[in-house]
Amino acid sequence: MRIACPYCGSRDAREFLYHGAADPERPDPAAADARSRFTDYVYLRDNPAGALRELWFHAAGCHSWLVVTRDTRTHAISGVVPAREQTKSASPEAG
Amino acid sequence: MRYSALSLVKNALTGNRSWKPAWRDAAPKAAYDVLVIGGGGHGLATAYYLAKQHGLTNIAVLEKSWIGSGNAGRNTTIIRSNYLMPGNVPFYELSMQLWEGLEQDLNYNAMVSQRGVLNLYHSDPQRDAYARRGNSMRLHGVDAELLNREQVREMVPYLDFESARFPVQGGLLQRRGGTARHDAVVWGYARGADMRGVDIVQGCEVTGIRINSGRISGVETTRGFIAAGKVALAVAGNSSRLAGMAGLRLPIESHVLQAFVSEAIKPLIDTVITFGAGHFYVSQSDKGSLVFGGDIDGYNSYAQRGNLPVVEDVCESSMALMPMLGRLRVLRSWGGIMDMSMDGSPIIDKTPVEGLYLNSGWCYGGFKATPASGLCFAHLIARDAPHAAAAAYRLDRFATGRLIDEKGAGSQPNLH
Repeated sequence: MRIACPYCGSRDAREFLYHGAADPERPDPAAADARSRFTDYVYLRDNPAGALRELWFHAAGCHSWLVVTRDTRTHAISGVVPAREQTKSASPEAG
Repeated sequence: MRYSALSLVKNALTGNRSWKPAWRDAAPKAAYDVLVIGGGGHGLATAYYLAKQHGLTNIAVLEKSWIGSGNAGRNTTIIRSNYLMPGNVPFYELSMQLWEGLEQDLNYNAMVSQRGVLNLYHSDPQRDAYARRGNSMRLHGVDAELLNREQVREMVPYLDFESARFPVQGGLLQRRGGTARHDAVVWGYARGADMRGVDIVQGCEVTGIRINSGRISGVETTRGFIAAGKVALAVAGNSSRLAGMAGLRLPIESHVLQAFVSEAIKPLIDTVITFGAGHFYVSQSDKGSLVFGGDIDGYNSYAQRGNLPVVEDVCESSMALMPMLGRLRVLRSWGGIMDMSMDGSPIIDKTPVEGLYLNSGWCYGGFKATPASGLCFAHLIARDAPHAAAAAYRLDRFATGRLIDEKGAGSQPNLH
């Protein structure tokens, strides 16, 4: 598996660390239902068989966080963007 | 037909022409009392114990492919109960005890071999951790022995004891652990369930779960709708997908775990050895192949195949432990899809949907759990109350904080 880092080009996946789904959004701790929303945020996942937006950290490269869109059935990568350029609310899949 | 020495002789004398199939390849009926989804070891064991211990026989096991084609056929066949945490030890020990009587119970040769499981330690802190684990096991009545370096050398003299980086200091040994034949476990449970009237339906994939006002009414399948009073999911690897059909999100990620076999060699390893300085475990099958594996690949996957970095890591670990393995060729490798739960422990529980039961989150420890998983899941389904040995495996423990995190890795599934 190779990941096309926007800064470093196509690199072997072993240069990267995986941090799971990119979409869970940290809830507001002051919200009335913060407890249940934090349970969802920390523990529950969509875990789709198909396209998944996920966070990878280019540990042995430029140290940037990337949002990679990858098909979990084939490992085919359809998109890589720097996490800072993709605010979650701008994503159509944000949950 | 009951298998015995007499039946062997009789069939041998008649040219082995009158053996019957061990189970029927059933067509689905329109309705059942209980539908077990997933024809792997856990699903078939569940159906077997439902029929045997709870007298429920209007049951079908639905399998999308052929029975045993998923994770039941994609593991390294190790059985053990060397756990640390209170919620885990009694459950896995129950499983170990069921393994010990399984072949007599099923009248089927599952090739259960209690050849021992030896976990090596390579540092003082690791020795302390293993001593603690061994003590926890013994407090629960499970056998455990802490071996020093010379005792390990006596057992397995071919390890690299002189390694400067990872010297073998000793090991934690569970003599009752060992291996079992994965296919035979599936076939034995299938035969036992079938003999008690359970329908085993292969080539029948669930495509939807029908719920009427909060209560399960049946499942949509590639072979039509099947009504059921209770539906039990035993589909580790795909638990999130199936639960998603019922509108549930689970504390689970699916990850790929690879395993390998080498070409066959003469008898060499007469136990199960795990390398404590990396993640590597190896045993030798009765055919002579070395069966070994290591870490999961570390990213979400439903692909049933992994990537090269883990292959290299596993082979490097094997060389660090047993340099002689460098002369061996790897024959095959395969990948299975693991339900990696958020605390590394399984879930056997009811769900918010009435009549829908969940057996999931086995990470990469599902094979050894097969008998107890089936027994406890059957108990839950039949009586609507958890079995005492699996009472800690609640779905709501992630909300209440009663996690069972053997490794202390937190809610990061690829680290468990």
